[in-house]
Amino acid sequence: MKIVVLVKHVPDAAGDRSFSGDTTTDRAAVDGRLSELDEYAVEQALQVVEKAGEGEITFLTMGPEAASEALRKALSMGGDAGVHVVDDALHGSDAIATSLVLAAAVRRLEPDVVICGMASTDGTMSVVPAMLAERLGLTGLTLAASLTIEGNTVTIRRDSDEASTTITGSLPALISVTDQTGEARYPSFKGIMAAKKKPVETLTLADLGIDPAQVGLGAAWSAVDNIAKRPARQAGTIVTDEGDGGVKLADFLAAGKFI
Amino acid sequence: MAEVLVIVDHVDGAVRKTTTELLTIARRLGEPAAVFFGAGADAATETLGNFGATKIYVVDDAEIAQFLVAPKVDALVTIAQQASPAAILVTSTSEGKEIAARAAVRLDSGLITDAVDVDASGVATQSVFAASYVISSKVTHGTPIITVKPNAAAPEAAPTTPSVEKVAVAYGATSTTAQITNVAPRAKSGRPELTEAAIVVSGGRGVGGPEGFSVVEALADSLNAAVGASRAATDAGWYPHAFQVGQTGKTVSPQLYMANGISGAIQHRAGMQTSKTIVAVNKDAEAPIFELADYGVVGDLFAVVPQLTEEVGKRKG
Ligand SMILES: Cc1cc2nc3c(=O)[nH]c(=O)nc-3n(C[C@H](O)[C@H](O)[C@H](O)COP(=O)(O)OP(=O)(O)OC[C@H]3O[C@@H](n4cnc5c(N)ncnc54)[C@H](O)[C@@H]3O)c2cc1C
Ligand SMILES: Nc1ncnc2c1ncn2[C@@H]1O[C@H](COP(=O)(O)O)[C@@H](O)[C@H]1O
Repeated sequence: MKIVVLVKHVPDAAGDRSFSGDTTTDRAAVDGRLSELDEYAVEQALQVVEKAGEGEITFLTMGPEAASEALRKALSMGGDAGVHVVDDALHGSDAIATSLVLAAAVRRLEPDVVICGMASTDGTMSVVPAMLAERLGLTGLTLAASLTIEGNTVTIRRDSDEASTTITGSLPALISVTDQTGEARYPSFKGIMAAKKKPVETLTLADLGIDPAQVGLGAAWSAVDNIAKRPARQAGTIVTDEGDGGVKLADFLAAGKFI
Repeated sequence: MAEVLVIVDHVDGAVRKTTTELLTIARRLGEPAAVFFGAGADAATETLGNFGATKIYVVDDAEIAQFLVAPKVDALVTIAQQASPAAILVTSTSEGKEIAARAAVRLDSGLITDAVDVDASGVATQSVFAASYVISSKVTHGTPIITVKPNAAAPEAAPTTPSVEKVAVAYGATSTTAQITNVAPRAKSGRPELTEAAIVVSGGRGVGGPEGFSVVEALADSLNAAVGASRAATDAGWYPHAFQVGQTGKTVSPQLYMANGISGAIQHRAGMQTSKTIVAVNKDAEAPIFELADYGVVGDLFAVVPQLTEEVGKRKG
């Protein structure tokens, strides 16, 4: 079984994230990391291979030079190889263009299974997996809270407010996984050392046969009008409970006409 | 005036409030036309008309219920090709975002997700980076497809009598591959919908266990509020995941948000930071949630919250 896992390098949410002058995410301002929500995708891929007793995992990322760190992190958790699509023309690409490029890179790898995170922690659009399933014509099994692959059949559980739904499809399939699938493993020291020797292929747009005019900020199909930092919330009143904390809170709520 | 397609979010024909919000926004951009998937269109007609839908496209083929998302995209694309709409508005649920994403690829159109407002010129407002920035942007290519968060507009009635059109859809072979094999409905709590409630009372790790949530629920019920939870509480299985507030849960923006035993991690803040008034109870005076709180009590929630509940009961008399 050939598995491709999509991993994104994102600015750490714990940092003070901001925008550059050209309205794109400022990737220099805050340290980058493998998106935490993609760690769940890595973990599920590793478990699928462990259960099946066979399988080959390739991690795929698109992003600037530093995005290779996301591949190394994933490779230190396990898997076999990395593919990094990097090209200056990609700067500022929207989700449509990102999915175009990732689809082309996935096609070259001819996987049986593609696994994505539920959303990137910077853009949080949660659309690239659906776009990829659409472009690649794969069975789209999105937002899995749990998944199993048996033979040629994938089964996922997807939870919504109304129901818990079971969905089944056959390979080749694209699966996106939520943070309900279970904690990702920590890389072991051995894993970190082994990752350094795993092959990482670098691809440009030319390698993928994509015209640079189709991607990047200039080709984005929506344009940012304005960016404003939300004013910080005004400091409020903090009191220490001396046996009447609940009563004081009630006074505050009554003043705000909540009671 | 060009049509603006609004995908109806409904449960067996009971139209959700979010759809009436979308119809209200659609009227700024053109003539609202509802797109109704599945069974129950008859039951929905009155509400949709009441909020200004001049037309209702109905697609109720077996494929809609049998397969995940993709048949709805086939249907939406068929309708869009026929209607050449000025825009397509979809509620920002996970399914809504998927329909929008696939339709954007198929219709060669720009996509904006999670808008908190859309004005008459099609400029959409979004809240990003855990709600620390506000961005406005506009689709510049194809049919603007915009997914809109709950509470983006106050629903305004504009009664009309809609025409109803059944749409014939040819489903693609790759759209009927993800088969729904079982649906287990969830029990209803009877409380207000989390994303629509005026007041949300949440509990976190500080609640200490599943039993601890009864304290939070009692307060919520005294205020006619929805109950929310942090991921620490849902991960531990103390409260169902459907009630999680934050980056990988729900975004709420109520008049009043009460965080009990929640530290206020960035991922939690991402889901509640835009609440009008924020109140926190936490025994750690250094908890970051106090940076956001309009009113905070440093104390044990098991003392403060029941006292508050009792006090609310007394004052409501
Ligand atoms: C990718 C990603 C996505 C995430 N998504 C979400 C999300 O959607 N929602 C979310 O909430 N989190 C999310 N998290 C987790 C988040 O980072 C925090 O771990 C989580 O919010 C912590 O929950 P908590 O505040 O309940 O627990 P803690 O951080 O452990 O805080 C518990 C608080 O309770 C207080 N306390 C303890 N006992 C009492 C008492 N008796 N009375 C009063 N106070 C008491 C403590 O002082 C403490 O401040 C995400 C994390 C990641 C990495
Ligand atoms: N640039 C990228 N490189 C690799 N994977 C990506 C990239 N962008 C998005 N993805 C994948 O798509 C998922 C959803 O991303 P998004 O639609 O941006 O929220 C992520 O969790 C990744 O698995």
